[in-house]
Amino acid sequence: MRRLLILGAGTAGTMLANILRRELPDDWSITVVDKDNDHPYQPGYLFIPFGTSTPERVVKPRTQFLPKGVDFVQTGIRKVRAADNEVDLEDGRTLPYDWLLIATGAVPRPDLTPGMADGKLWYKKVFDFYTLEGSTRLHDALETFQGGKLLVQLTDMPIKCPVAPLEFVLLVEDYFRTRRIRHKVDITYVTPLDGAFTKPIASRELGHLLTDRSIRQVTDFALERIDNDRQVLVSYDGREQPFDLLVTIPLHTGQQYVFDSGLGDDAGFIPVDKKTLRSTAYDNIFVLGDASNIPTSKAGAVAHFAVETFVPNFLALIDGRPMPNSFDGHANCFVESGRGQALLLDFNYDTQPLTGTFPLAGVGPMKLLGRSRLNHLGKLAFEQIYWKVLLPGHKLPVPTLMSMAGKHEED
Amino acid sequence: MPTNTLNDRTFQVNDEGFFTDRDEWSEELATDLAQLIGIEMDEEHWAPIRFMREDSAKNGPTPTLRRMQTVGGFDIKELYRLYPGKPAKKMAWIAGLPKPVGCV
Repeated sequence: MRRLLILGAGTAGTMLANILRRELPDDWSITVVDKDNDHPYQPGYLFIPFGTSTPERVVKPRTQFLPKGVDFVQTGIRKVRAADNEVDLEDGRTLPYDWLLIATGAVPRPDLTPGMADGKLWYKKVFDFYTLEGSTRLHDALETFQGGKLLVQLTDMPIKCPVAPLEFVLLVEDYFRTRRIRHKVDITYVTPLDGAFTKPIASRELGHLLTDRSIRQVTDFALERIDNDRQVLVSYDGREQPFDLLVTIPLHTGQQYVFDSGLGDDAGFIPVDKKTLRSTAYDNIFVLGDASNIPTSKAGAVAHFAVETFVPNFLALIDGRPMPNSFDGHANCFVESGRGQALLLDFNYDTQPLTGTFPLAGVGPMKLLGRSRLNHLGKLAFEQIYWKVLLPGHKLPVPTLMSMAGKHEED
Repeated sequence: MPTNTLNDRTFQVNDEGFFTDRDEWSEELATDLAQLIGIEMDEEHWAPIRFMREDSAKNGPTPTLRRMQTVGGFDIKELYRLYPGKPAKKMAWIAGLPKPVGCV
C-alpha cells in the first residue's frame, strides 16, 4: 500500500483527490485533511457585499465533492514533520505518508497590521471581503451607507486573486450609482504599488476605467497602521487617508502550521521549483494552489492549470520516468468592471496580459482586455462550471499552457 | 525592447526603464543611475540594494517593502528617508530588477 496524503480540500486539493483517485491504482490510499467541511466558492465573496450572491449559495460541503475511495479527515493540522514523513493533526492523530501534496492556500491576516483586527472599528467601519464573515458584514454596512469617504485599500502583495480589489472598487462605484447616491460617495483606491494596474499594457488599456468613473487613486501608499480614533490610514512615510468606510485587503500569509513546521518563507509560503511545483527542500512534497511561493496570481485558475500540469508529472515520477510537463504560471481571469460587463485577462510567468481573443485566435468568443457583456456572463457561468466540471477534475475546453494564438504582441 | 546608454555603458530596459537582464547591472552603473534621481550612494544606501539583489536571485520576485522589513531587517521608515517618495520602485530601478508588482 502506498500512501498519498493531501492537505487541504479547497480548489486544488479537491481536484487532486478526484483526478488522482481515477489515475492511481487501488493499492494507493488517498487521504484528504481539512479543518472543516465548508468548501467556499471564493470568487463568490466578491458579490456578497452587493447582495448578488449569498453565503448559503457560496458554501457547500467539502465531502460532496470528494470521490469514493478517498478518506476525508476533518481536523486542523498541527505540524508537518517532513524528515519523518508524518503529519501531526490537531485531534492528536499522526498520519504517515509516502507522498505529501500541500494545498492549504493563503489566509488574510488582519491581525498583522496595528489597528486593523484589534481596532474598535473592525467590522463596524473597517471591513475585508476576503472572508465569508467579512463580505457578509460588509453587505450590511454598504446597505446603510448614505455617503462619505470610502476607501478600498490594498495592504501588500501577495494576496489571493490580485484583481479582486479592482473589481470591488468598480462594482462598488456601480452599486452607489444604482442606488442613486454616487454623488455623495467619494471613492478612493489606495495601493502600495505605483498604479492600480501595474503591467504596462493592462495599465494603458484599463487605466482610464478608474479615471472615467471618478475614482481617485492614491499610489505608493505602504500602510503602517490604522488610527481608529481619528479614522485615518497612516502610511510609513507619514501620509494620511481619512475614511468613513474602509474596505481593506489585509496582508496574506500561508497557514500557521506551515510556519510551525519550518516549511515556509517569511510569509509562510512554501518554496517550490516554479516549473514542477516540487518542494525545494523535500523530494516527496509538492505544493499546489496558493500555498506555494510561485510568482504568479494566487487564484483558482492558476490552481487549475497547475494541477493539470502536475498530474502527468506525478504519474511519471512514481513510475520512475522523468516528469514530462513544465508549468508556465498560466493564469486567466475575468475582471468584473461594473455596468454588467467584465474583462478577461490571460497571462503567465513571462508574458503580461495582452489584448486579443480567447480561447480561439481571431474568433474568441471572449475578448481579452476589453469590456464586454459576454465576459460578465462568463464570470457568472463559471460558478456552476466550478462545482460541476472543475472540482470533479473534468477537462475544461481551455488550454493548460498559455497560448499566444489570437494575442496581439506589442511592436 | 529599448536599449539605454549611460556613460558609455548600454543595457536593455523595458517600457518603464527597468532592467530586463539583471546580469547587465553593475555597481558602477547603479551609482550613475542613482545620481540621475538625485541620490548619492553611500553604505546606508547600498545595504538595501544588495539585499534586494541577493533576495531576488534566490527567490525570483523583487522583494516588497514588507519583505525588506521582515526578512532583511530594514526599517521601512528608514527606507523612505533614504529613497524618498517611492522607495520600492526607486530601489528596484537602481538594483537593476523588475518593478515590484501585482499580477496585472
